[in-house]
Amino acid sequence: MTVTDVVRDRANRTLTLTAEYPAAPEQVWQLWADPRLLERWWGPPGFPATFEHHDLTPGGTITYFMSGGDGGDRFDGTWNVVEVDAPTRLVVEDAIIDDDGTPSDGNSMTRMEIDIEAAGDTTRMILTTHFDSLVGMEQAIATGVVDGMKACMSQIDAVLEEVAA
Amino acid sequence: VTEAEDRADALFHALADRTRRDILRRVLAGEHSVSMLAAKYDMSFAAVQKHVAVLERAGLVVKRRQGREHLVSTDVTTVRHAREQLEMLEALWRDRLDRFGDVLAELPTTALPENKESQEDR
Repeated sequence: MTVTDVVRDRANRTLTLTAEYPAAPEQVWQLWADPRLLERWWGPPGFPATFEHHDLTPGGTITYFMSGGDGGDRFDGTWNVVEVDAPTRLVVEDAIIDDDGTPSDGNSMTRMEIDIEAAGDTTRMILTTHFDSLVGMEQAIATGVVDGMKACMSQIDAVLEEVAA
Repeated sequence: VTEAEDRADALFHALADRTRRDILRRVLAGEHSVSMLAAKYDMSFAAVQKHVAVLERAGLVVKRRQGREHLVSTDVTTVRHAREQLEMLEALWRDRLDRFGDVLAELPTTALPENKESQEDR
């Protein structure tokens, strides 16, 4: 089992997952630092991710898209890189991009902190996702800041909207 | 594989298809029989039945039998509930971290590149 611990903190609006891998911290880091490796695990099955721009420096931007599904739908994501300390720490903010290509309002911004540390023969990676607000968290889940949930949840919203109309 | 992962997978799979989203849309507007739904699409009754079964497994619709008909229904609350699960977020990350491990396992163990802060755009 890869994931060794999960902490859901509704009060602080964070979700923290700890995973351990039989590899060196440098190798774990590589999976974030190399866009070709990153895209091999970021997208869910059926929704492969392509990282178009990958500037892993503080203030840099990382953009990606995921495409797939029967309709060939495409979903775009953007990260603003906040902290980079190879190979131990990475902080990015995930901006939800509206259909017109501009970032949504600040509420939907989430923050992702990745801490990588040696743990004996293995490497521990602690991933914390923060949400600005409960609304932000709901939005994040609804629009799927992570993964193909973006696809999934926006479809649900579209269906619900039509019904409400 | 946790229950949450299974659920997220089922939900994702169910909604990744245009026809199924359309079926869900119709059923949200009111109960439909499978044959009523089948009449709306240029595909076989069996194919539509299969789509309904996928939606049912994902917990998005329910089916009940009335005479020779299967009636399909759902409600907004059910569908909305599906989008309110924090555990889905967790399931997605678990999946993702598992894939992370798979990719990691395939890396050559020797010849590590030096750690540069910016291994950008290859």
